Amino acid sequence: MTVMNPAITLATTRRILTQLRHDHRTLALMIIMPSVLLTLLRYVFNDEQMFNRAAPALLAVFPFAIMFIVTSITTLRERTTATLERLMTMPLAKLDLLFGYAIAFGLIAIVQVAVATTVSVSWLGLSITGSVWLLGAIAVLDALLGAALGLFASAFARTEFQAVQFMPAFVMPQVLLCGLFSPREEMATVLDWISDVMPLSYAVDALTQVTHSTEVDGTLVKNLLIVAGCTLAALVLGAATLRRRTP
Amino acid sequence: MTNSAVVVNDLRVKRGGRDVLKGITCEIPRGTVTGLLGPSGCGKTTLMRSLVGVQIVEGGEITVLGRPAGHKDLRSRIGYATQNPAVYPDITVTEALTYFASVLRAPADDVARVINEVDLTSHADAIIGQLSGGQLSRANLAVALLGSPELLILDEPTVGLDPVLRDELWELFTGLAERGVTLLVSSHVMDEASRCAHLLLLREGELLAAHSPAELRENTGEADLERAFLRLIKDTVR
Repeated sequence: MTVMNPAITLATTRRILTQLRHDHRTLALMIIMPSVLLTLLRYVFNDEQMFNRAAPALLAVFPFAIMFIVTSITTLRERTTATLERLMTMPLAKLDLLFGYAIAFGLIAIVQVAVATTVSVSWLGLSITGSVWLLGAIAVLDALLGAALGLFASAFARTEFQAVQFMPAFVMPQVLLCGLFSPREEMATVLDWISDVMPLSYAVDALTQVTHSTEVDGTLVKNLLIVAGCTLAALVLGAATLRRRTP
Repeated sequence: MTNSAVVVNDLRVKRGGRDVLKGITCEIPRGTVTGLLGPSGCGKTTLMRSLVGVQIVEGGEITVLGRPAGHKDLRSRIGYATQNPAVYPDITVTEALTYFASVLRAPADDVARVINEVDLTSHADAIIGQLSGGQLSRANLAVALLGSPELLILDEPTVGLDPVLRDELWELFTGLAERGVTLLVSSHVMDEASRCAHLLLLREGELLAAHSPAELRENTGEADLERAFLRLIKDTVR
């Protein structure tokens, strides 16, 4: 296996950001969409308390879902147009490509989450007991998890049409079971188990905790480690699905 | 020590259950332009993919620049241009080439050099997706020239180009060969064959002949290479 090279990884990040820079519409959608959805939700509830209960979870869910779909389509495009094959004939490690993507989308996620958090806290009345910075950091980690899972999922799609269908398949079950609609411990045992193996559940737990308490305890650290571990695992699994030789 | 850049021995490839290459044995001499010719679907692209090391092969041996095909040391020594342009449509020519140049660790001034070599200077800052077909295939070719590779594998690089431009590119190819670069260029246009030093004629996954254009003319008694190729097919079938 070719060893990663930071210069090549960062060149890949720069190239992806350049692609996005030329695509104003996508960039605008990625950056403002979570804020728009959160604003919508605030007026749907029309009640600050209910919004305060749901918003932290959604601060994880929206960037997660948007990053999942954007990355799965972008990487699929790299696979279906011959650029991936061309890169595979060059001295680029598979992880250079994947981490290049992860860093690029991580940077976008930082902007996305910063905007969404600012809007929620200053205009929509979200009150956060813990650190706003920690909340932002966790939300970025969730967006990265979405990006990593999107990269991995793109390996199983042959067409962009299929990739879009993966969004309900990979993302929706996690959203339904993450504790947003009903607390996880109150769900049927089997559903609780399923929710236990879904990384988004831990992300939402961590965000909810930061919203309600200033304490940074073992549970929070454990939850964050699980999310980070899943992100890394998805990236490495994604690398395993890239093949230099194809039929 | 062989004087061939590429040595292929009994290469067999199956794709989708079909035998696409049925035991190809050939050599590509260093510092020459070798033409890979044959009707579409005869296995030209598969042979090229095998040399580059991205094709899963069924059997046989391929040695490229003294190493087995696909060896990681070869990745910066081979330039490969696929038939379908493999460049990012949503960025400019310069931006795309700059990226590929950094992956290849090619010198910084290489981007301007290759853009000039394929005659795209006037479109250096154009978005690739907005280029014409001919410009697009030249941008695709430019990527293969980055980093001055020792071996160039070019799949139909002149398709859809006007005669003047085609002539210029062939000048470039022969110029590169004079500087010691080995080129394998596929085409299904027989008039391009006369510009190659060697020809590999492929048909239905088998190598019909490996000659120089002069030998091909002599062996078949046909002055026109297209007719010579047809003659060769008739003689083999019989």
